Amino acid sequence: MGLMAKHALIERNATLLLVGSLLVVTIGGIVEIAPLFYLDNTIEKVEGMRPYSPLELAGRNIYVREGCYLCHSQMIRPFRDEVERYGHYSLAAESMYDHPFQWGSKRTGPDLARVGDRYSNEWHTQHLTNPRSVVPESIMPSYGFLKDTQIAVKDFSTHLLANARVGVPYTPDMIANANADLKAQADPAADTTELEKRYPKAKVGDFDGDPAQVTEMDALIAYLQMLGTLVDFKTYDDAAGYR
Amino acid sequence: MRFATEIVVFSVFAFAALVGAGLGVDAPFRQHMWVLFFVLAGFTAILLRNIEFKPAAPIDPSAYMDGPIRYGAIATVFWGVVGMLVGVVIALQLAYPDLNIQPWFNFGRLRPLHTSGVVFAFGGNALICTSLYVVQRTCRARLFGGKLAWFVFWGYQLFIVMAATGYLLGVTEGREYAEPEWYVDIWLTIVWVAYLILFLGTILKRREPHIYVANWFYLSFIVTIAMLHVIDNLTMPASLLGSKSYSAFSGVQDALTQWWYGHNAVGFFLTAGFLGMMYYFVPKQANRPVYSYRLSIIHFWALIFLYIWAGPHHLHYTALPDWAQTLGMAFSIMLWMPSWGGMINGLMTLSGAWDKIRTDPIIRMMVAAIAFYGMSTFEGPIMSIRTVNSLSHYTDWTIGHVHSGALGWVGMISFGALYYMVPKLWNRERLYSLRFVTWHFWLATLGIVVYAAAMWVSGVMQGLMWREYNDQGFLVYSFAESVAAMHPYYVMRAAGGTMYLAGMLIMAWNITMTILGRQREEQPLPGSVSAFQPAE
Repeated sequence: MGLMAKHALIERNATLLLVGSLLVVTIGGIVEIAPLFYLDNTIEKVEGMRPYSPLELAGRNIYVREGCYLCHSQMIRPFRDEVERYGHYSLAAESMYDHPFQWGSKRTGPDLARVGDRYSNEWHTQHLTNPRSVVPESIMPSYGFLKDTQIAVKDFSTHLLANARVGVPYTPDMIANANADLKAQADPAADTTELEKRYPKAKVGDFDGDPAQVTEMDALIAYLQMLGTLVDFKTYDDAAGYR
Repeated sequence: MRFATEIVVFSVFAFAALVGAGLGVDAPFRQHMWVLFFVLAGFTAILLRNIEFKPAAPIDPSAYMDGPIRYGAIATVFWGVVGMLVGVVIALQLAYPDLNIQPWFNFGRLRPLHTSGVVFAFGGNALICTSLYVVQRTCRARLFGGKLAWFVFWGYQLFIVMAATGYLLGVTEGREYAEPEWYVDIWLTIVWVAYLILFLGTILKRREPHIYVANWFYLSFIVTIAMLHVIDNLTMPASLLGSKSYSAFSGVQDALTQWWYGHNAVGFFLTAGFLGMMYYFVPKQANRPVYSYRLSIIHFWALIFLYIWAGPHHLHYTALPDWAQTLGMAFSIMLWMPSWGGMINGLMTLSGAWDKIRTDPIIRMMVAAIAFYGMSTFEGPIMSIRTVNSLSHYTDWTIGHVHSGALGWVGMISFGALYYMVPKLWNRERLYSLRFVTWHFWLATLGIVVYAAAMWVSGVMQGLMWREYNDQGFLVYSFAESVAAMHPYYVMRAAGGTMYLAGMLIMAWNITMTILGRQREEQPLPGSVSAFQPAE
């Protein structure tokens, strides 16, 4: 056991022990994570994907803040039952603008990756305010306070800018109009032609039944209603996206 | 003058917090800064009341520095009670959803409070205080760096308070087990580097030629957590006066970085660190040497090398490329071997002292901990196999698995270490009550069994209900029906958790009384006193 005898060297030298263990623990991470930044199938672009509109991003921030990811996944696995229950399995590209990702690890409630367009805005408002009034078996908490909370951010363009700095392709035009777009998307009276050009397929109009103000409920529902709706799977080529 | 520098530093930081509370761009940040201000101002006031102008008594440089360890032992028990209490509350919320109180006490905000509370507050304090206890005694050296140990202790408590209050206010990065926002992360980085300097400095000034095996584990845990914490928490704040930041990575890259962190929070925080604890306290309490020196070398290097690779098993069948999933699965299965190497080394340390399981409730607790470690490190590799994972992922089975490791291994080995350490730290002859330890042991063990069994059944049932087809090819159950079916198991789980919490409260009482110097008058445990005296 010559090797074992040599171990005494490491046992007598704290620096050697420190450097040795640090080297040993870095290998796995480098081998597994680094390739993800350049392999084609993890950085593929898919037709239809675009950055979140300001209202959707604000809604996503509320989703993160309330810890929705602790009970809802956003990652449909390629199984028959999941695809039938929730829709086409999730693509890597569909979360390419998600800082952070919200795939989740637990389904205390159902997957939400494609919840967009499945229910009406009224259903969402009612469900978030009093879940058991529409789903008697539900064990979800109530989020009625969102309807009473106006979105209070001094300058939302800083949020788009921070995303742009970590790689989301927000244009200067999008950043400049962030605050206006945030309000316009939930205002039925606003002119949203420009907004819809910047963010194709964005849902516009009042979401929470109160057109007078832009609340956190508006933002959250705007986010939920666009989830999984950007990629058109009628034209998506499954073979091309095979991992 | 005692505390002069500290008072100046604290009041400057308290003022900075006040400025942040005034200028913050979002409400949660302003509220969070008010919390920070009141904590720091309170601290300043306490120090001002304790100021002394007499020169401090000279410190004996050959004596061990046990002050921060005593505080750490108390903090461990305190945060353990808090974290487990929150656990019982959220378990009840899942069984009875009307217990959610919006917005601050909804499940989504309390759940990170529970996980961070038990992992980082209870587990972290247990690791810090035992590591400082062990490193001094195995190196025969006083802690390095004067007051550095106090900085590490109080700095870590501040991190806990800021993280915990942040969750309730809605300040979160939204990445499991790494929820604290950017400014809390920066603070933890500073504290953690100080901890590394403190620990490594003490090893460097040791008066023993060899570094004891427990310290290898502690050292690798400290340095790996530093690496994981820094890389996983790379974020871009929207404003330096705001609570919101955006992760540097997105989608697939973010997912794997996060689970590389997440799984190794289990591997290094909850395993390597606690193995360090095992390697000191089990031989001490059993009064036997470690079973095998060679096994400890092999399983140390194998464990730290293999653990890092296991993260992708949290992402089976997701958009993560298949080769990464396969690597994660293969390494998770290989990991079974070093894990059981550690278990065998711990258990076999009792060779020739097995009778102590019957007579010594502290040894019984430690042995149960190692047994649970063996069980959950067997269950883990099985769940990492893709076919099994396709059923178990997203279900309560995962929750059950985590708790058999956390309650069984992490909890029990920490209790054993505390029961050993506390009488020595306060120079007490013995614990207040050994019978209370027995009560704690049985409540905890039964609590875990009830908890894990309920979660196995509910998890497998959930997974099967979701994929159940009838003979006409339709899905049989709606999602809501699977939620309704979970109710009885959620009630049972809450009951199991309550039993475990009750054991923890008994421990808190026992430790408090021991610190106060009381000894309970009680019958000695059966078997602890020989019925017959040997002939002389």
